[in-house]
Amino acid sequence: MTTAAQPAATHNYSTATISGWGGYPTQDAQVITLLSLSAYKASLQHHPSVIARGMGRSYGDSANAPIVLQTTYCDHFIAFDTATGVLTVEAGVTLRDILKVTVKQGWFLPVTPGTSFVTVGGAIASDVHGKNHHVAGTFGQHVVSITMLLGTGEVVTTSPTQLPDLFHATCGGMGLTGVILTATIQLIPIKSAYINQRTIKAGSIEEACAAFEANSTSTYSVAWIDCLTTGKHLGRSVLMVGEHSDSGGLGLTIKAPITVPIHTPAALLNSMTMRAFNGAYWAKAAHNKTQSIPLLPYFYPLDAIGGWNKLYGKAGFVQYQFVLPKADGVANMRKVLAQIAQSDAGSFLAVLKQFGPANQNLLSFPIEGYTLALDFKMSPYVIDLLLRLDDMVADMGGRVYLTKDAVMREASFKTTYPKWQEFEAVRQKYGAIGKFASAQSKRLGLA
Amino acid sequence: MTKILVIGATSAIAEHCARIWAARGDALYLVARNEERLKTIAADLKVRGAANAHIHCLDLNDMGSHAAMLDAAEAAMGGVDTVLIAHGTLSNQKACAQSVEETLAEINTNALSTVSLLTHIANRFEAKQAGTIAVISSVAGDRGRASNYVYGSAKAMITAFTSGLRQRLYKSNVAVVIIKPGFVDTPMTASFKKGLLWAKPAAVATAIVRAIDKRNDEVYVPAFWWAVMAVIKTIPSRIFRKLKF
Repeated sequence: MTTAAQPAATHNYSTATISGWGGYPTQDAQVITLLSLSAYKASLQHHPSVIARGMGRSYGDSANAPIVLQTTYCDHFIAFDTATGVLTVEAGVTLRDILKVTVKQGWFLPVTPGTSFVTVGGAIASDVHGKNHHVAGTFGQHVVSITMLLGTGEVVTTSPTQLPDLFHATCGGMGLTGVILTATIQLIPIKSAYINQRTIKAGSIEEACAAFEANSTSTYSVAWIDCLTTGKHLGRSVLMVGEHSDSGGLGLTIKAPITVPIHTPAALLNSMTMRAFNGAYWAKAAHNKTQSIPLLPYFYPLDAIGGWNKLYGKAGFVQYQFVLPKADGVANMRKVLAQIAQSDAGSFLAVLKQFGPANQNLLSFPIEGYTLALDFKMSPYVIDLLLRLDDMVADMGGRVYLTKDAVMREASFKTTYPKWQEFEAVRQKYGAIGKFASAQSKRLGLA
Repeated sequence: MTKILVIGATSAIAEHCARIWAARGDALYLVARNEERLKTIAADLKVRGAANAHIHCLDLNDMGSHAAMLDAAEAAMGGVDTVLIAHGTLSNQKACAQSVEETLAEINTNALSTVSLLTHIANRFEAKQAGTIAVISSVAGDRGRASNYVYGSAKAMITAFTSGLRQRLYKSNVAVVIIKPGFVDTPMTASFKKGLLWAKPAAVATAIVRAIDKRNDEVYVPAFWWAVMAVIKTIPSRIFRKLKF
């Protein structure tokens, strides 16, 4: 609370065990909760190496470090031009907060990931993508400018034309180039808070990829994919394509999430229950059905269940997302899927998507091709499996998404992210080395 | 559009209340000491939909300035419909136990400055026969405990004072709402170890705004604290004095 008789506090400290959304790995950390943007600078001077942390929704250890700068209270809107859709916010503002303010005024996020519970700072650092990647690219491609605190203590503004090397290292840079303080983004106009969705059933991975190709002009496309079925029907999918509706009005329906209060016994999610779920999902889906769905359930179905990560039990889970290049992509995807199906460890939440061309950000994940994301309940066996998959994916010219990664080895990272040296050079140039590091950046062999 | 004066506007609880009001399109007058943070909050509330968000920089322990601040708020918004008093500090009990000066300073901030504000506001609202006054007290005011009895006794004064004020103003159509939060995860409590009893400021603010809308007399937020404190208040002294919490 505010203060009437003591000097204004600028930050507070506490210790906590932190983790990413997957719950693996955990880290005992000193959490510095900053009360204002000006407090960041002071905080940086007093600590050897830190990483900024927002909602903690990256899955692995990219926001884990012995000292983290928690951005929870730096969540203020700065300016919003309702005529042009240009929005400036502090880095701790969540996408959900933005939607509450802008949708009713006819503006929507140009790119959004599968949860609205992420901060703008996190969305930039992960250079997140959404169901419209094939037409709109990543979040960073809609960022007009960023102000950030460098390791030198200097606050600078960066954009595609202002310190462009810093900008392209920061978008997708996992927080390793500095602390994002504020960002200006260009929103897109909408006439309705509804999406017209059409579902298309595809009986195999080949049919699914063909369906993406056939619907490449759709604004949004994504597929639920069954990773447990083998043989002819391997990769059977339900493709969902969507367009912004013109009708239904701009009212945003916001329901409070149902929360999962405690970790459920992990045994509840086993290959039998997941097979049953997948079978039911496939059977229930109707081919070529069109329906109008409100924005929130369309883009963020899992946001309706608070703490769904606890369903995996205390050991947590890893989410694994990789992309394979378009050339031979379908055949290669079949090989990887066969490996996953054979392991019998795949989850009920698996998502397939076609990516458009890569951008010029140094560590941004998407490349043109096919991407698959799925959860694995954490176990030593799963780590082995993922490392095997890492090798397969690397051999096929693909790569793994850093925002979801919790186990990748340094060699895989340096092979599949060939611009890592350029990234390190930018960090060196702007004083980030020795100032910003995460458990992930250490694991991946970044300075 | 309601015209709302928020005192202690940089507190996390008050700020989240103001966000709810902003989304409704209300007019806001924000009072606190830190000008930089007030400006940030005012800009934020305008984007969120506030009809206006004026700022007023003030050390609330400067009680001589309270009347002028209220005049300024009335002038800026064309009157005041609702006041939320949310300023305060979480006292360092150990330091207070060793220092009369420290103890009195905490009581000044957490009780006497509020009493001064309430006296002015009550008279103004009584004169116009309308208004809602909401004050953030604390569950700590329900029974003094070794770990924070200076803070608790200041809050107890606020609870008793507003109880009397509520009776006095009842016939004048002025509501006096006393809010007793339990543990809230705010910057004020950042260094505390958090458990199941802790609530987020946004959730607490939702309950506070609802209580103000309904012109409730007294609310515990979250509501289960009513039961917790009912039990704590009934523990006989000869047992209570031996407890360590």
